[in-house]
This record gives sequence, structure tokens and C-alpha cells, in this order.
Amino acid sequence: MPTYQLKVNGTTSSVDVSADTPLLWVLRDHLDLVGTKYSCGIGICGACNVHVDGIAMRSCVLTLEQVQGKSITTIEGLSENGDHPVQKAWKEVDVPQCGYCQAGQIMTASAFLEENPNPTEEDIKNAMHGNICRCAAYNRIYRAVEKAAENMG
Amino acid sequence: MSKNPNITFSRRAFMRTTGLAGGGMLIGFNLFQACKPQVKPPIDLSQLDYNDFNAFIKIADNGAVTIFSPNPEIGQGVKTAMPMIIAEELDVAWKDVYVAQGILDTENYTRQVAGGSQSIRFGWDALRQTGATARQMLINAAAARWGVEATDCTVSEGVITNTNTNETLGYGEVVNEAAQLEIPEEVTLKSPKQYKIIGTEQRNVDIDGIITGKPLYGLDYKEDGMVYAAVARPPAFGQKLVSYDDTEAKAMPGVIDVVRFGEKVHEMAAENPRLSGMMGESEKVAVIAETTWQALKAKETLRLEWEDGTLESTEDHDTILTDLLDGKEFRTMRSDGDVDKAFAKADKVLERTYESPFLPHNCMEPMNFFANVTAEKIHMVGPIQTPAGTANMAAGILGRTPEEVHLEMTRMGGGFGRRLYGDFALEAVEISDKIKKPVKVVFSRDDDMNDGIYRMAIKYRIKAGIKDGKVIAYHLKEAAVNSNMYGLIPHFFPAGAIENYKVDVASYNSNITTGAWRAPYTNFLAYAEQSFFDELAELMEVDRVQLRLDLLKKVDAEADENIQYSPERMIAVIHKAVELSDWGNQPGNVYQGFVNYYCHNTHVAEVANVEIEDGEAVVKKVTCVVDCGIVINPLGALNQIEGGVVDGVGHSMYGELNFENGKPTATNFDRYRLIRMKEAPKVEVYLMKNEYSPTGLGEPTLPPAGGAIANALKAATGNRLYKQPFIKSPELLKPKQQEIIG
Ligand code: FES
Ligand code: FES
Repeated sequence: MPTYQLKVNGTTSSVDVSADTPLLWVLRDHLDLVGTKYSCGIGICGACNVHVDGIAMRSCVLTLEQVQGKSITTIEGLSENGDHPVQKAWKEVDVPQCGYCQAGQIMTASAFLEENPNPTEEDIKNAMHGNICRCAAYNRIYRAVEKAAENMG
Repeated sequence: MSKNPNITFSRRAFMRTTGLAGGGMLIGFNLFQACKPQVKPPIDLSQLDYNDFNAFIKIADNGAVTIFSPNPEIGQGVKTAMPMIIAEELDVAWKDVYVAQGILDTENYTRQVAGGSQSIRFGWDALRQTGATARQMLINAAAARWGVEATDCTVSEGVITNTNTNETLGYGEVVNEAAQLEIPEEVTLKSPKQYKIIGTEQRNVDIDGIITGKPLYGLDYKEDGMVYAAVARPPAFGQKLVSYDDTEAKAMPGVIDVVRFGEKVHEMAAENPRLSGMMGESEKVAVIAETTWQALKAKETLRLEWEDGTLESTEDHDTILTDLLDGKEFRTMRSDGDVDKAFAKADKVLERTYESPFLPHNCMEPMNFFANVTAEKIHMVGPIQTPAGTANMAAGILGRTPEEVHLEMTRMGGGFGRRLYGDFALEAVEISDKIKKPVKVVFSRDDDMNDGIYRMAIKYRIKAGIKDGKVIAYHLKEAAVNSNMYGLIPHFFPAGAIENYKVDVASYNSNITTGAWRAPYTNFLAYAEQSFFDELAELMEVDRVQLRLDLLKKVDAEADENIQYSPERMIAVIHKAVELSDWGNQPGNVYQGFVNYYCHNTHVAEVANVEIEDGEAVVKKVTCVVDCGIVINPLGALNQIEGGVVDGVGHSMYGELNFENGKPTATNFDRYRLIRMKEAPKVEVYLMKNEYSPTGLGEPTLPPAGGAIANALKAATGNRLYKQPFIKSPELLKPKQQEIIG
């Protein structure tokens, strides 16, 4: 099995896995970073979103080859104390129901607001449209992104 | 403080206290027994140990309070709301309370079930009693220390004051003495006006863990030596495993073992219809590997041979259900007057049929469970809505006793009814027993959608007779796959409002596994009936809301114990919804649909607003008025309500699972559409303010949503929708041609 060097949340680790293993399962099963969630496994729902060089990407369809030399951030590494403005807004609005999709939602929102700190309603809805929330907490997800934008701006 | 006159049961029967070795006090109580005092405990109470309780309060000698929340958390907020009730009566500051998920230890008579939106309703009295009893014991201990009467003491936020001397003692300072006291037989409960925690906005107790990615869910659970299992199941309902070739799988990296299993469950299922209904008919093959990915990959290389039995398709169901409605074989669930005679007399008769498909639950976290079966015990960990029943079945299939099962519940990535069934947990138990290792069974999304316990396809036919401008007869027929409506559903509105009224049901036995899905039956029935009322109002040329109000005014709920909805409370939510939605006063491009509904002991009215955008009708907003009695945690309540409404809109618009020769036609979210951000309407919520006992919120706002949008879409397009999902008839979601021109 090939060996890969992975830079996750600022730490580089080396893992031996078969070349087809998606980043998601390396994070969860090898690096013990289970905050990144599995739901569809085919890049449709966004539950597994992480940042790759600051861009939100679906870790269930990324191979380790594709992220070689890149800097990966997971929900565990988004902030030191859970106090990223997006996390704070999520808490303030009390977004989660079951909470399972929320790590992915937060990773999408935080990368998006980095790019677009003054979003319109439509911008927010477009940006968050890729993340499914089966509990349908969309009203609150919207409000939290809006609030995070205010707090960041 | 006023004493609640309704509560007569003995506290001794459901709670016990003890001192803790390191100092402090543990109060164990049994929620179910407290709610149903007539239930006989299975063993002598003096022999009970703390494993026989399903909820605990721990007060440490530094005053810290830990509440072990007894009910499974599936996202409905009870893990926050139930401890809030205890903390209220215990009289401690909410910020000083730590909430932990309770552990289940082999009990078969508890209501440790998250289903039916009943957790809060059943727990309300017991939780208050428990908190108040603990408070009284702490006061009694302080009073004894001071040598005064308990009535000379007051308490607030964990501090007891001697009103004679103004001396104070914290709970922690008297807890060791309190633990030695007798449990008082009488305690007083607070009146709602005295509440300091109930009714305040509290965040989800797991919020910090959720937003930082802590391992809270079943899929996150790990322990040393644990291996992963991916399970090959029949691709189609009606197929059975004949043989398999695992040569290739066994050569894959990380693969430890491949085992055939399922025979134990099937042996037991032969005698247990509940089990056979959820386990399917075939044995299965598990691939055991070191990691999840290795197990899932290796599973795909298995060569499996299946034998075909009856393979059903959606077309078959469609015909069968229509035949049932056309036929004469019904079970009558309620019958008032004589509908047939009344129809014969009627001036006008309206009859309509409504259709709905199968629905998978699609919990965001796929099914999974951990089990470690050893000679000493059966250790199980995972997301389950029915821990007690599942633990019993686990013991049953292995021929062990329930006392040997130790089951821990994790947070659940959604439930919606799916995790009421422990099929996945039993798989883990059987596999661990075979391979003698701790194992986690993980469903892929395909497994989850293809091996579901679905909401069954149902058709309703409703017929009403009108004479002299009044509805004189109403006949509701249900044709469903596998099972029919139950409980009090046949007695929901409009039962009691129409003189000649009948509910008939019929079902067809399929080999496709079906079960509860968020708000069983009503999740579709509400749309059917409320669309029908709308059409009825059009036919009668009366105001839609007035028709509902007039019917409600005829109901004498006192006269019929089966009628548990309150016409007064329903009328109140209707008026509120009319006011808040500005019903009937919308600008020309806004079309509204109205619904009122009662289920899960909660009264709801919803108004949907639809607008035409680029030639398409779009659901923009839903106003939702809810009467769920006293609201424990408004922040959590609003979350449930908003989610329930959007979920209801989403499934009515898009939800559908079809079958072709026993195979589901969608296996993942690429071919199964769930509502997303841009399609989600804004939900505006109003909670009625009153002092009725609290009722649940996990389900009751979902059913009306489908009806509200169907009625609004009709107003916007001129088209009535008789089939869910609505997206299936895209032409009906556009305004009728002549209306655009005209
Ligand atoms: S799990 Fe990766 S997109 Fe769904
Ligand atoms: S909160 Fe449950 S899936 Fe989003």
C-alpha cells in the first residue's frame, strides 16, 4: 500500500492506505477525526465537507493523491476553541436539530464567507444549496450564515 | 405553591435515593412506572438496584448537578427539554446543570422510546415530581440541621435559606444528609407562574460538541480492537440468499473475515411478527475488515446468488390499492349514523382519491451499531430509538438474558421513525457473536435506502355528501400496503363534526418492509383531508376557513371519549393563523392555502404562501400556529416546528421511492430528491400561550404542511394536486394557460 503525507489541521501525518481510499475515511478511521461526516459517499450532500487550501470540498470523493501537498482543515481544526465566527453564529442561532449535517454546513459557510464577506440573500442561498439537512433546519442555517457575515464584517 | 391535585401515585414506587461513596446523592427514578402507576413492577421493589431505573439525578457534595436524560435524542430536543423540567422543580440554575445521556440497562417495561412525540407528554408529571421530591429532601435536611421546620426554609437556585435567621446552605452542603432521609410522600409542585427555567430559551445541550465535531454519534464510536462490518443484503425485496463466493473479497486489503448470518434472527422472527416485519426474509453476508472503507469495498466484490420469490413493483401496488378502494373488504374504524343513507339523500356528492408513494427515512447518519458479545455480557452502543426492546431482542436471539445486555445510546443523526427498529443493532450482535470480536456494522447510503423500513404507499378515497348547504356525510377509506391507521387517528377531526361519518381501512401484505415514518399515517392523511375540505368549500361556495370553523362548532368533545382534540383550542389556532398570515389580504401575486390539523395531542394551523416566479409556482412562506400547551424550551420548540414544516413541504413536493421487480429505483441522493436551501420556505411560527400540560413537537407540524402548500398551489395555478410528490406532475405546478392569458 502506498504511503501518503497528509497535512491536516496544521499537523503532517503519514498514512498507508490503498490509493482509492477517500480522504473522508482516512480522516475518520485513520486519523480519528470523526467530526467530518459520512452520509452519501458520492459527493451529493456536503456532510463530509472540509477545506482544501481554504476551499470547501467533499472529502468523500477526494483521493489522497488529489490532496498531496495541500493544507486540509476539518471541523476540529476550524478554530482553536470552537470560536470561529461561523461556529459562534451557529451557537447563537442554535441551528442544529440532530446536528449530523452541521459540520459540513459550517465548513461550507466558513469557506464561502472568506470569499464573500458581504453576501446577499441569494448569495447565501446559492452557497448553502449544496448541503442537505435532512432535519430541514434551513431557516436557521440561513440566519446563522447571515449573522456570521455581520459579525465578521 | 399549589399542589397538583391530579397526581396521586406514590413516589416510593418509582424513585429511590442513595448516598454516593465519594459524597453526594444519587436519585434514580423510573419514568414509565411513574406515568403508569398501575403497571406492576416485575420484581420486588426492595430488590431493585439502580439498573432498574432509567433516569438519574446526581447531586455532588460540591453542589454540582448532573441530570442523566433518559430519552433517546434524535434531534427533537428532549435531551434539553426533559432535564429543564427536572431542574425547574429541583430549583437549581440551569447553567449549573450538566446533562448526560442516560444509559439503558435491560428493562423491558420503560417508555424509553423516542417516538410518537410523546416523550414530553409522558414525562411531564414524573419529571416534575422527581425534581420536587429531591428539592424537598434537601430542604428537610437543611431544616433538620438548623432545628427548624421545613416550612421555615425557602430555596432558590440551589441555596436554602432559613427564614428565621437568614442563614443559608447550598445543596452540596446538605446532600449527604438528604441522601439518608426517607422519600417524602407528598411534595408541592410549582405553579407555571413560578417557572424560572421552563419557558426560557435554552440551547441544545450538545451544541458545543456539534459545532466542533466531537464524537457524539453512533458512527463516531470506537474502541480498541473494534472491526468494521459491511453487509450484503438482497438487492430486491422477495429475494433470498442461496450461496456466495468470497474468494476475491478475502484477498482484499484489510479483510479479516466473511460470514453468513441471519439464521438466529430468522429463527426468532418465526415466532415474533414484529421482528419478522423488520428483518426481511433473507440471510445476509458480512464482510469484516479493519476499516470502514475496506469493508465497503470488499463487499462489492462478493459474488452472490439470490433466489427470486415474489418481486413487486410500484405498478402492482398502484393497481392493488385502487382495487382495495373499489372493493368491499374493509375494517371499520369508526362509524356514526349511516353514511350510505345520507349519501342517497344528498344534493351534491364529492368524491376524490389521493395517492402517496413509499418513502425512505434517509436519516443523515446511515444506520450503524456497535456490538461486542462476550461470555460475560452483550455490550451494545449506538443510535436507537427503542433501546429497551432492542436489548431484549438481542438477548433473545443469542439465548441470553436481558440482564446480560449493556446498551448505551449515542446521539442520533436523525431518526424519523427508522431507529425505532433495531434490525441494524441485531445484525451487529449476531455478527459479533460469530466472529468473537467487537464490531461496528455500517450501512452505506445504498444499504440504508435499499434495505429500509419505509413509509408505506397509501391511497385515500374521501366522499362527502352535502344537503341544504351542510355537510351531512363523510366517508374516509384507506388502502395501504402492510398496515393501516391505528389508535385515535380515525377519531381526529372531522370525526364528531359530521352526523354520518365513517372510516374504513384495508391493507395488502407486501414483502417490502414498512414501518413508522415521522407522524405515521397523518403525514399523508392531513394533506388528503385538508385538500378535500378546500375542494368541498369551493363546491359549497363558502369561505374555506369558515367551513372549518362551522364544522368545529358542532363538535361536542365531552360526549365522546375518543375525541381528544379540543374544538376550542383548534378554533383559537385557526383565528390566530388567519390574523398572522393576513389571510385573504394578499397582493395579487401571492396565493394562500389554509390547513388546520390535530395530531400527537397538538393543535396546529398553517397557511402557505405561493408566488409565481418565471411561470412556476414557488412556495415562499408558511405561517404556523401551534398549541402544544406549556412550552418547555421555546428555542428548541421553534427548531422542531420550522424543521417539521420544511420537511413536510419537502416530502410532499419531492419524496418518492418506487420499486421495480422488488428493487428500489433510487439508491442514493443523486436519484432521491430531498429539499434543499433554495426550496425551503421561510417559516413564521407562533406558539399559543396557555397552561395546558405540554405535548410533543417532533411530528405534529409536518402533516399539515403538505395540505397547506397543495391548497396554495391550487389557488396559484388552478390545478388540484391529488398525487404526492407534487413534482411528479410538473405541468400542474404552472398556472393554467387561460389564466395567464386572461
Ligand atoms: S458524504 Fe460526501 S457529499 Fe455526501
Ligand atoms: S440537523 Fe439533522 S441533518 Fe441537519
